[in-house]
Amino acid sequence: MFGRTKAQNRPEVTITAQEDSNSNSLIRIRNLNKYFDSFHCLFDINLDVALGEVVVVIGPSGSGKSTLCRCINRLETISSGVIEVAGKPVPAEGRELAQLRAQAGMVFQSFNLFSHLTVRQNVALAPIKVRRLSKDRANALAMELLGRVGMADHAHKHPGQLSGGQQQRVAIARALAMEPRVLLCDEPTSALDPEMIQEVLDVLTGLAAEGMTMLVVTHEMGFARKAADRVVFMDGGRVLDVAPPEQFFTNPRNDRAADFLAKVLTH
Amino acid sequence: MDVIAGNLDVFGQGLLISIQISVSTFVLAGGLGLLLTVCRISPVLPLRLAATAYVELVRSIPLLVLLILFVFGLPEIGLVGPLLGTAVVAMSLYWATFFSETMRSGVRAVPQGQIEAARALGFTFGQVLRLVVLPQALRTIIQPLASLLIAIVLNSSLAAAVGVTQELTGQTQLLDQRYAQPLVTFGAAAICYVAMAFIIGRSAGYLDRRLAVQR
Ligand SMILES: Nc1ncnc2c1ncn2[C@@H]1O[C@H](COP(=O)(O)OP(=O)(O)O)[C@@H](O)[C@H]1O
Ligand SMILES: [Mg+2]
Repeated sequence: MFGRTKAQNRPEVTITAQEDSNSNSLIRIRNLNKYFDSFHCLFDINLDVALGEVVVVIGPSGSGKSTLCRCINRLETISSGVIEVAGKPVPAEGRELAQLRAQAGMVFQSFNLFSHLTVRQNVALAPIKVRRLSKDRANALAMELLGRVGMADHAHKHPGQLSGGQQQRVAIARALAMEPRVLLCDEPTSALDPEMIQEVLDVLTGLAAEGMTMLVVTHEMGFARKAADRVVFMDGGRVLDVAPPEQFFTNPRNDRAADFLAKVLTH
Repeated sequence: MDVIAGNLDVFGQGLLISIQISVSTFVLAGGLGLLLTVCRISPVLPLRLAATAYVELVRSIPLLVLLILFVFGLPEIGLVGPLLGTAVVAMSLYWATFFSETMRSGVRAVPQGQIEAARALGFTFGQVLRLVVLPQALRTIIQPLASLLIAIVLNSSLAAAVGVTQELTGQTQLLDQRYAQPLVTFGAAAICYVAMAFIIGRSAGYLDRRLAVQR
């Protein structure tokens, strides 16, 4: 009933399981189920994210948004179903998994910068150790990316010396340094003071405009309207609606989505 | 006091051997303790169980009993090694359990989010440990490690009880047998131990301030 949108020209989201693979899909999720012991956290999720697409995931707390993100790069194991990134199933273990993880950059709510390293080292470490770039090249790359997020002047500092917004911008640069195919952002602004939210959203909006493929969990409706190609609404571990932002915000088809929007937007 | 002045070289020699025993023990126990720690946080259940069992068992045996077992017990089943080496091995096996406990608390102090971020960047289990977990864990346990080193230095004197006469306490016992002035000779030995503990404590404080992780 819901979500069977086949908006023309839009990479489609399939709520039904039978859809064929979409060769355009950078992320392809089919019949994903996730249990924490006996607790059924994600129910039969089907979702595609196309190359260059920005998908925003919204939904009440506890609806499984973080778990979905974490399943995509296997920070959580999945119980059943298939997740493919760039056409390859996400492997369960080992070096292959590490390689695949590198293709899906992750930005966390709590930044998670390495506190014993400087800002520049935070960004350069993975390119040196995982991509095996030379130190010089990795440092040059780090400085370039820090410039892009407006943090080049702080390259020598430690994370503890930065504001939340600054830390999150560094975390974005760190994820980009792996040159990922897709960026997964799990509530990137939820831990920030209000005056710092915009500087992070600006960076994300810029990336979206440059064609970065992104899956962003957020409560920032302004960002969703502006940057999203599609909005996914989740509740109780299910995807309840997938729609273009225009339609989703002005005329939500799903009752619970309408409820949720009413609550969030009045705040 | 003449006893001290006339035997400075004896104390010096004893001190040197004690330091050698302590440093060898610290290094060996540190290596084994690290191995135990890695096993205990590894995803492999048998490794976790084996390492935990080792720690629980060995730290429950008094060090002196362990030393006697190694130095006098093992030869009974044909295992004879050089005395000093055997004592160092026994002490290392013992102190490794304390290393492991200390390191584990350091590892637990590393925020889980940073470990996840490292995994998400594509680091392998070994890289996460080497590049993110251990450097931070070590910074948080500098002071506890110093306490451990002090305990190792002080308890290296137990080696004298199994016949390692070269080290500080052993040398002092020999002087005591010769001069029968225990207050003076053991008083001097005590001062040597206090000095070592003091230096270790101060160095650790300095390192801790230099390397502290800002959060
Ligand atoms: N490691 C875990 N163990 C058990 N339950 C979990 C775990 N992580 C998440 N959950 C549960 O799964 C549900 C979805 O959580 P989460 O994905 O964090 O939701 P959201 O990000 O939408 O707030 C919640 O009910 C949460 O309690
Ligand atoms: Mg969440």
